[in-house]
Amino acid sequence: MGTNLDDEESGKPYIEGLIVREFSALASNWRSSETAQAYLERHGVPVIGDIDTRALVRHLREVGALRGILSTDDTPADQLIAEARALPTMAGLELAGRVTTAKKYEWTKGSIELTAPIAHAAVASKGNGVPAGAGSLGTRSFASERSAQVKKGALAPEERRHRVVAYDFGIKQNILRLLVDYGCDVTVVPARTSAEDILAHKPNGVFLSNGPGDPEPVTYAVANIKKLLGRVPIFGICLGHQLCGLALGGKTFKLKFGHHGSNHPVKNLRTQKVEITAQNHGFCVDPESLPSSDVEVTHVNLNDHTNEGMRHRSLPLFSVQYHPEASPGPHDARYLFDDFIAMMKDAAR
Amino acid sequence: MPKRTDIKKILIIGSGPIVIGQACEFDYSGTQACKALRSEGYEVILVNSNPATIMTDPEIADRTYIEPLAKEYLEAIIAAERPDALLPTVGGQTGLNLAVELAEAGILEKYGVKLIGASLRAIKIAEDRLLFKDACRRIGLEVPASAVVNEIPEAIKLADELGYPVVIRPSFTLGGTGGSIAYNREEFADSIARALDASPVRQALIEESVIGWKEFELEVMRDHRDNFVVICSIENVDPMGIHTGDSITVAPAQTLTDKEYQRMRDAAAAIIREVGVETGGSNIQFGIDPETGRMVVIEMNPRVSRSSALASKATGFPIAKIAAKLAVGMTLDEIPNDITRKTPSCFEPSIDYVVAKIPKFQFEKFPGSETTLTTQMKSVGEVMAIGRTFQESLCKAIRSLEPSTAWRAPAEVTTALLREKLHVPGPDRIHWLFEALERGMSRDEVCSLTKIDPWFIRQMEDMVALDRRVAASSLRGISRELLLESKRSGASDEELAKLWNVKSASVRARRHELGVIPVFKRVDTCAAEFESFTPYLYSTYEEEDESGAMDRPKVVILGSGPSRIGQGIEFDYCCCHAALALKEDGYETVMINCNPETVSTDYDTSDRLYFEPLTLEDVLAVLEREKPQGVIVQFGGQTPLNLALELKRNHAKIIGTDPESIDLAEDRRRFGALLAELNIPQPRGGTALAPQEAVATAAEIGLPVLVRPSYVLGGRAMVIAYDLKTVEEYVAQAAQIGSGTDPKRPILIDQFLEDATEVDVDALADGEDVVIGGIMEHIEEAGIHSGDSSCVLPSVSLKPEVLARIRDYTVRLARALHVVGLMNVQYAIQHDTVYVLEVNPRASRTIPYVSKATGVPLAKVAARLMTGRKLKDLHLPVVDMNGVKELAVHDFYAVKSPVFPFNKFRGVDTILGPEMRSTGEVMGISSTFGLAFAKAQLAAGQRLPLSGVVFISVNDHDKRHVAAIAKDLAAVGLKITATRGTAAALTRAGVEIEAVYKVNEGRPNIVDLIKTGKVNLVINTPLGRESFYDEKSIRRAAVRYNVPCITTLSAASAAARGIRAMAGHAPDVAALQDLHRRKSTAAT
Repeated sequence: MGTNLDDEESGKPYIEGLIVREFSALASNWRSSETAQAYLERHGVPVIGDIDTRALVRHLREVGALRGILSTDDTPADQLIAEARALPTMAGLELAGRVTTAKKYEWTKGSIELTAPIAHAAVASKGNGVPAGAGSLGTRSFASERSAQVKKGALAPEERRHRVVAYDFGIKQNILRLLVDYGCDVTVVPARTSAEDILAHKPNGVFLSNGPGDPEPVTYAVANIKKLLGRVPIFGICLGHQLCGLALGGKTFKLKFGHHGSNHPVKNLRTQKVEITAQNHGFCVDPESLPSSDVEVTHVNLNDHTNEGMRHRSLPLFSVQYHPEASPGPHDARYLFDDFIAMMKDAAR
Repeated sequence: MPKRTDIKKILIIGSGPIVIGQACEFDYSGTQACKALRSEGYEVILVNSNPATIMTDPEIADRTYIEPLAKEYLEAIIAAERPDALLPTVGGQTGLNLAVELAEAGILEKYGVKLIGASLRAIKIAEDRLLFKDACRRIGLEVPASAVVNEIPEAIKLADELGYPVVIRPSFTLGGTGGSIAYNREEFADSIARALDASPVRQALIEESVIGWKEFELEVMRDHRDNFVVICSIENVDPMGIHTGDSITVAPAQTLTDKEYQRMRDAAAAIIREVGVETGGSNIQFGIDPETGRMVVIEMNPRVSRSSALASKATGFPIAKIAAKLAVGMTLDEIPNDITRKTPSCFEPSIDYVVAKIPKFQFEKFPGSETTLTTQMKSVGEVMAIGRTFQESLCKAIRSLEPSTAWRAPAEVTTALLREKLHVPGPDRIHWLFEALERGMSRDEVCSLTKIDPWFIRQMEDMVALDRRVAASSLRGISRELLLESKRSGASDEELAKLWNVKSASVRARRHELGVIPVFKRVDTCAAEFESFTPYLYSTYEEEDESGAMDRPKVVILGSGPSRIGQGIEFDYCCCHAALALKEDGYETVMINCNPETVSTDYDTSDRLYFEPLTLEDVLAVLEREKPQGVIVQFGGQTPLNLALELKRNHAKIIGTDPESIDLAEDRRRFGALLAELNIPQPRGGTALAPQEAVATAAEIGLPVLVRPSYVLGGRAMVIAYDLKTVEEYVAQAAQIGSGTDPKRPILIDQFLEDATEVDVDALADGEDVVIGGIMEHIEEAGIHSGDSSCVLPSVSLKPEVLARIRDYTVRLARALHVVGLMNVQYAIQHDTVYVLEVNPRASRTIPYVSKATGVPLAKVAARLMTGRKLKDLHLPVVDMNGVKELAVHDFYAVKSPVFPFNKFRGVDTILGPEMRSTGEVMGISSTFGLAFAKAQLAAGQRLPLSGVVFISVNDHDKRHVAAIAKDLAAVGLKITATRGTAAALTRAGVEIEAVYKVNEGRPNIVDLIKTGKVNLVINTPLGRESFYDEKSIRRAAVRYNVPCITTLSAASAAARGIRAMAGHAPDVAALQDLHRRKSTAAT
């Protein structure tokens, strides 16, 4: 299928290598602008193919996440293993600071349309036995209904404007696109931006982004969240969720091999409904460590029953471990953006 | 949420006989549903007219009715059983339509039966194309522009506006029957007329063509708490315009980005909610314009389907089982995933392999039929294969089709021919694709001709290029790396052997020498994320093997591969029974099969399932891994038997009847010698390799003769010749397709016994003792293929001395062939002489029918005999008949009747002959033969009339006997009409009659009467070549206008008995469980 600029989630790929069973050389898609190979070459990402990836997954499932090394030269295996062992583990590394934006910026782009509107010859409306509606073709793409609504001004002007400041700990661009779709003016700020600087923006809400690695070393963010708590509505995703957990007095721990993929069932304990979610995290909030008087656990993973979401019982803060913005992944949890808007509206009253 | 407690008894309607578009996938889904509901404590009442199903085994449901799937019979069952609920979504279109009929007739309300799984409203919206389109538009989804029409002139006007090509889809038909594509007004006028006729409500949809667009399907599930999951995405390699059942498909979708896939997923969720399918599975199809990405919704099935069976097998997620549990109020998150045990069913399977499905076509059975693939499904079965890459799974699927002869391009392939074969899709387009690529046609040209996505074509190009590299090497010269690369892309030993012009055994040996052997990986729903507890396996060339083969006493059962005419669900039934019996006896059972529709490929059926092609290479690979104590080859029909000798040569331990015995029975010369030795008569016969030789042989035998190839399946390419010219032509034709030229497999020529009664016997033997399972009397005379004949158990007209002789011959044959397991013998009785036509020391098509009629599961018993158990220890309910042990019959008649696919093949004559053409069968049970026959006919879709007009036209030979039948029919109040000759004969015999014109005599003629609904039954026996056209048009009209049509006098006689018995008789229904308990009586 190749790649295209619309589907990019960050300025560049952050993976250091790609391991596949089969690498497709051909790009065949109406939106494709580049082959996968050209894209990865352009960004200097090495790929190794023809690997028994299933065996690799089974191995990781047994022994847990490992440090690894890709080599295309004939360095002896022993030496490579030694090099891999010498690599630092994720635990204790402060990575958010390395991937965050250097400067704050405004984000204005919403979701893209997958199909350009096409004019169709309406057929049938004249014939007998054809009920109204048959033959009149809508051209709006379903997936972007919400953004189309917003663009067309279907929402009242006073509802449209929410000033959101988003902390970038390694933010995925689809979060920003969705915030725009939902009528937010978005300012993205570096990870180390102080609570005071945030509040100086007079935001209606603060967003805490996803990001790589262990939340514990990101102490500056935890301190800022503590200061912001109760003063402005807060919504966190993934690393943002873990940082909220720490700020609320909880603890985090490392999972054996993490959650990675787009098919994790998460139960919303308030509605008892299950949503299929995209996940990518190696660390997790320990719900037992959270002060239950202040914090309500709202979501749980049905595969391993780990924590997936929480909210503060009295203050405007909620967060989820998974990726409601998906991309890639199912859109089942988009309602959380509605919840964020509602929380900001509440706070404004 | 806990399951419902307000319902206790649930009625499930099966899908009836196997027909094109509705095959054994509904036995799979129905069986799963029955088991799932019973495991939750519900009482299940099952109705299905098809005895060859596992679901109608008396152990599967609490109450099992093998009765016609007709409203009055369902009402009688509902009245007798008083179920609380009806689950309409697991019995295909038939089950769903019948449920709607029952609901609309007020029958469900009358008896307080609730519909569960899908409401009437949801079914209506999903099934009515117009309501469905409106529903889609309401939620902002696009559908192809369209209009619904009821009249031809209006339709033509709208089609002109729409612009051609136009798609035509009749409303409420199975597998797209009557659907087509019209490229101009002339074609359209013809097609729309047919479509309106095909629709039970005389309604059709005409639609903007999206031919050539990409086609996708999503298999989705929803529970009543509105949890929604996609089980599987399926991409059609063949683009829109070819019915998905006739398309090569792959799972998961290969050419969508996440954004495009999620858009489709969102649409599916919105659709299932808007349509209102509250619980269960649905299948939703989408089309995508490859140029712009515009997505349109094509259709939805609010029930489990052929695709959901495929999706279940492709992912390991049992859709029908879960759907049944959701229907009684459970939610996805409270049902555990069987495979991982620790995680819930509320998730979306991830797949770390590629699945390919290829349909199986049998146009050769229907000469004269249109072989172009369209929106009407024409395939009779399908295969599925699993590989780690698209290339590997495609190759495995292609060899799973096990063509009787390898595909070969014609001697001269012009560019024009190549272009046509790519542009006009036929059953063998995949071969033409490779042919074109081998001849260097560019990818762009191939894509523009076929509209197949370039990604797939590129994959095939790579395969062709790799083959070239391999061909440039040699058996001895090839490196391990190149051989491995070739095997990893799916090449079989046989293909490599062809490239190097060596024997495939040599490739195999070389492969082992180089250590290139497959490993087995698991299908686990989760791409290895969690541990799996169900050994559902496929082979691939990778590093790690996960088979976890254990050193336990085990038996491998070879399945029957893709469903086809002559080798269908009956054989899968037998394989399942072998697995069940041996599991009960403590063996570990291992199944190998490649048919995704079947119960045998349910991971629940055997202890271990290998989803693999049934070729020597693939089967040996499994045997080498598993090292079983025994291999069963006699249950899966011809497919495993064709492998038997080679397997034995490769040291497989085949249990049961020795393959040499099976071979002997197939070998005319040796078998003839055996019969002579046993002093058992058989029709005179001979063999020939060339036309002149055949003519001489036929003359020597005496006409008429039966001519056919050796090693036949379902009587392929047989003919009855009344003159020597036909014999000569046949042999010449056979030679052209490469049949009969192999000295080891010549053309067979036999004396044809005219007017003989044919009898089928199934027997069990353990090497010493023999038990006769059933003596079935055919209703049609000898000469009609046994699979196409109706038959009755017990027999109704055979004399005691004839029966005694049949028993004696059967026992002696079983002993002489050292049968261990099952044996089927076909006899013909002419003037009280019993001739042996054929002996098959293996499972036959009639095993499930005999098992249902007698209450003894013959295949299970046979499987036990194969493992060394003895008949005397198994305590079967036998009676002594003329000193021979025979299963006791009950005080009812069981009639088996075939079902034909003539409505799918335009222009094909419906006359029966030695070539088998039925796709499925039904059973009618009643206390009299007449009623049992009438019920079987009704179940097969032929509703015998109790009033109205019967048209009779018979040949001179039959004129002597037809008067009695006409009198019987007239006595019930039916009016008789006939063409001149028959009318004169009947008038002479004193039957009151109204004469009617033949087609060429004037108007209105008989065809006009049929078309205008003025004829309710046609009795038409073939007159011979001269009036062939006339008769064919009568029979075609009968098929098209759904008028029962009987083409043999003996069937007409049975029908007359049935009509007499039915007149003034309320529908009689009985559960199998009660029938089998009733007093057993001795066969007469």
